[in-house]
Amino acid sequence: MQKQTVVVRFCGDSGDGMQLTGNMFSSLSAILGNEISTLPDFPAEIRAPQGTLGGVSGFQVCLGNGVYTPGDKADVIVAMNAAALKVCTLGSKFNVAGARYDETESMFTKNAVVIVDTDSFTDKDLEKALYKTDNPFTELGIPETVQIVPVPLTQLTKESLKDSGMDNKAVLKSRNMFALGVVCWLFSRPIDKAIHFLEGKFAKKPALIAPNVKVLTDGYNYGNNTAMNINTITVEKAEDLAHGTYTSIAGNKATAWGLIAAAHKCGKKLFLGSYPITPATDIMHELAARKDMGVMVVQAEDEIAGVCTAIGASFAGDLACTSTSGPGLSLKSEAVGLAVMAELPLVVIDVQRGGPSTGLPTKTEQTDLMQAVYGRNGECPAVVIAASTSANCFQYAYEACKIALENMTPVILMTDTYLANGTGLWKLPKLAELPEIKPQGVPAELKGHYNAALRDENSIRYWAVPGMEGYEHRNIGLERDSKTGAISTNPENHERMVKARQAKVDQVANKIPELKVQGNAASDTLLVGWGSTEGHLHAAANELNCALAHFNYINPLPKNTAEVLRRYKKVVVCELNNGQFATLLRSKVQGVDFKQYNEIMGQPFAVERIVEHVKAL
Amino acid sequence: MEAAQFKSDQYVRFCPGCGDHAICAALQKAMAEIGVETYNTVVISGIGCSSRMPHYLNTYGFNTIHGRGGAIATGVKTAHPELTVWQMSGDGDCLAIGGNHFIHEIRRNVDLNICLFNNRIYGLTKGQYSPTSPKGFVSKSSPFGTVERPFIPAELVMGARGTFFARTLDVDMPNTVDCLKKAQQHKGASVVECLVNCVIFNNGTHNWIADRETRAERSIVLRHGEKMIFGANKDKGLALDYSELMPRLTVVAADDPRVLTHDAHLQDPALHRMLALMGQEKFTDVQNADMQPELPIALGVIRDVEAETYDEAVNRQIADIRSKSMAQTFDQLLGTLEQWEM
Repeated sequence: MQKQTVVVRFCGDSGDGMQLTGNMFSSLSAILGNEISTLPDFPAEIRAPQGTLGGVSGFQVCLGNGVYTPGDKADVIVAMNAAALKVCTLGSKFNVAGARYDETESMFTKNAVVIVDTDSFTDKDLEKALYKTDNPFTELGIPETVQIVPVPLTQLTKESLKDSGMDNKAVLKSRNMFALGVVCWLFSRPIDKAIHFLEGKFAKKPALIAPNVKVLTDGYNYGNNTAMNINTITVEKAEDLAHGTYTSIAGNKATAWGLIAAAHKCGKKLFLGSYPITPATDIMHELAARKDMGVMVVQAEDEIAGVCTAIGASFAGDLACTSTSGPGLSLKSEAVGLAVMAELPLVVIDVQRGGPSTGLPTKTEQTDLMQAVYGRNGECPAVVIAASTSANCFQYAYEACKIALENMTPVILMTDTYLANGTGLWKLPKLAELPEIKPQGVPAELKGHYNAALRDENSIRYWAVPGMEGYEHRNIGLERDSKTGAISTNPENHERMVKARQAKVDQVANKIPELKVQGNAASDTLLVGWGSTEGHLHAAANELNCALAHFNYINPLPKNTAEVLRRYKKVVVCELNNGQFATLLRSKVQGVDFKQYNEIMGQPFAVERIVEHVKAL
Repeated sequence: MEAAQFKSDQYVRFCPGCGDHAICAALQKAMAEIGVETYNTVVISGIGCSSRMPHYLNTYGFNTIHGRGGAIATGVKTAHPELTVWQMSGDGDCLAIGGNHFIHEIRRNVDLNICLFNNRIYGLTKGQYSPTSPKGFVSKSSPFGTVERPFIPAELVMGARGTFFARTLDVDMPNTVDCLKKAQQHKGASVVECLVNCVIFNNGTHNWIADRETRAERSIVLRHGEKMIFGANKDKGLALDYSELMPRLTVVAADDPRVLTHDAHLQDPALHRMLALMGQEKFTDVQNADMQPELPIALGVIRDVEAETYDEAVNRQIADIRSKSMAQTFDQLLGTLEQWEM
């Protein structure tokens, strides 16, 4: 069976290693020439009780040619236990009594292949997963069109490792490799490539290589030899990708590396002040490990100290950043205001999660937009930009640093759980080919006359840093006199300064790319989105044969925004919140009747639902 | 260098009679005597009367937001250990809103010189009780008296494993300059508690020892290596009384062989804490206002011990790892990734 794209979902207990299995299969597919987009989907609990519905962890990947999203529904499911099967079958209704398969809720299509570990369907397993009967497939109402592939994964893994000398617990942990072997067979992956890849993965734990290779190979051969009653699947290779060297990368890692690249490009030291918070913490992990690149990371005592240590480093002349998620951005807002007032470069990364308050820490949402644009006291403009794929987190993190350093302003970079944890293909850049970064400095003639209010013709404050003789000055969070830099409460001066800070952020619009229309530009329907939804909206626009305007620059907006939006009769702003970007656009662009499509379920869009709703409008 | 070099062009706006004037002058004098250039000196503050200090010092200065001076100073010093970094803070800024940053900069032992201006009141917000106001203190926000127990800053510093603590009085210029200079010489987080008078909202709060007539009898300036002797006639000394389960400090005659010699370098903070707490009970509750403590209030450098500083450790670790690493440039870093041609 040859397909353009296929969606595979691995699901099991939190301890079953589904994220690792999914990541390995995705990377292997990418190495073999597929485009990929992944969606890890795991509970907030580190280890919920084994075998329960709350402990189900999933990993979905779409692979093939022309991949924009991790896919709405899976074509292939690997369910490691009874709880996982139930969650995949019933979707968000998994804990509703008597719920049965229905196509809109289910995580797999009605023609899916579902591989299950029959050894994990004992009476005890069924009880833990709250089944009422001893026939889970009938109870769940899984239609006959779905092809159930029962594999005694646990027994086979035990058999495979019986001479390994490993204890029972370690043996059971290897079940995921047997499953991976079966899936590799199903997708006709050359086993030697898979083995080679696995050896690389376990390079630091050589003792684990042999048993894992054995289980993987046995899983593969099991598929091959038992003449399973299913056809293997061949997926198309990517065709439209630019030729080059690629890797697969998660959004948080790409973000971290974008910051490193910017620091190396402009010769400044990279400083990160941060505090652990899901789903942003991997950025700190990645940077803390990159001391070889000269990166300085302070794990601060709280979110406020995270941003404040960064402001200190910025005052002292470094490229300073702080990484967080929504609740942390709330805590940082006063300090971001200080950076606005003191006109210091600062990169604030907000990996958005479900809110408000603690909300849904491991789920995705776009609900911090207004907080990023307006969530500070006073007239407090900052630049806000958003990444739109896991891989382009690199580009926009780099861009955030460039804008901050060149314009003496805080820049808030928005990503989210979906981008942060998901992976995509990334074409490796070369530092020399990245855009120049020229941090703002201070003219030599100001030596001896410098103060913190002096700015250039673009309203950008000059930047002198400690250690420079003759530029001693006092910076403040209080309003300052526009000429002397001293504390001032003069009414006209305050208004002048408010406007100067606004003008500085506004002029960034002259330095960013114009908005481009994707898809069928001649259509009278325009989808509008921002941030992480680009893949889904691109796919939806293709299906609808309509146009798409997708925003990476939120504040300021691209200069041609109004002109582009006014060209279309039907403008539908689609976002994973209650309409924040639509509200912002309404305040900035007059004469357009903005319609909305919103989802706030902690999950990425489903392309199918966008298409359906836009058609109905 | 001259103190005048450290004076900025700004008119000093502390209230006439405010203790901060004296500390400001002492800072300018101490900085000149320390001799670090104005452009290699950074003064960070939060919000409050004392946090206006950077404006009056001709160095690099940053008057930031309430309570956050400690975190911002930590960022400056960690990123650039070659700079001399001071933090100006008050009892509200440092011990209430900035309490978390205060204990953590001390715990990490960041090489900062922290001036904690303690006037036991919020002055800039016009007279509310602070974390060092005595229990029962009547203020605008406690019209019937506070019901909460205050901090004793020294106890907090030592509880956070502080390596340097000194106490000084606004009206005692020589000791203030000396403490500030020793704070700078100490590598690590140095806290100088400056007892300052708020002439408007808490006038006379330190009168017990600020009064020239009785100061010598009621306070002792501790100096490392010197005998703990005090009194107008230098006739009293401090000794440890071991007659009970827990030894306690007691006043003996100056010529008593039991008189202690001050050792600010003792790693164990127990004695430093006892010294720092002498007479403090008087200031923890308004009911104790009439108390006449037998033990003098300790001034001078009470604790000054060595420990690795955070800023050095962070920078050394980066340098070590970088020197051993195969990948040093970004392109080399990219080379470490698993990658393939497409």
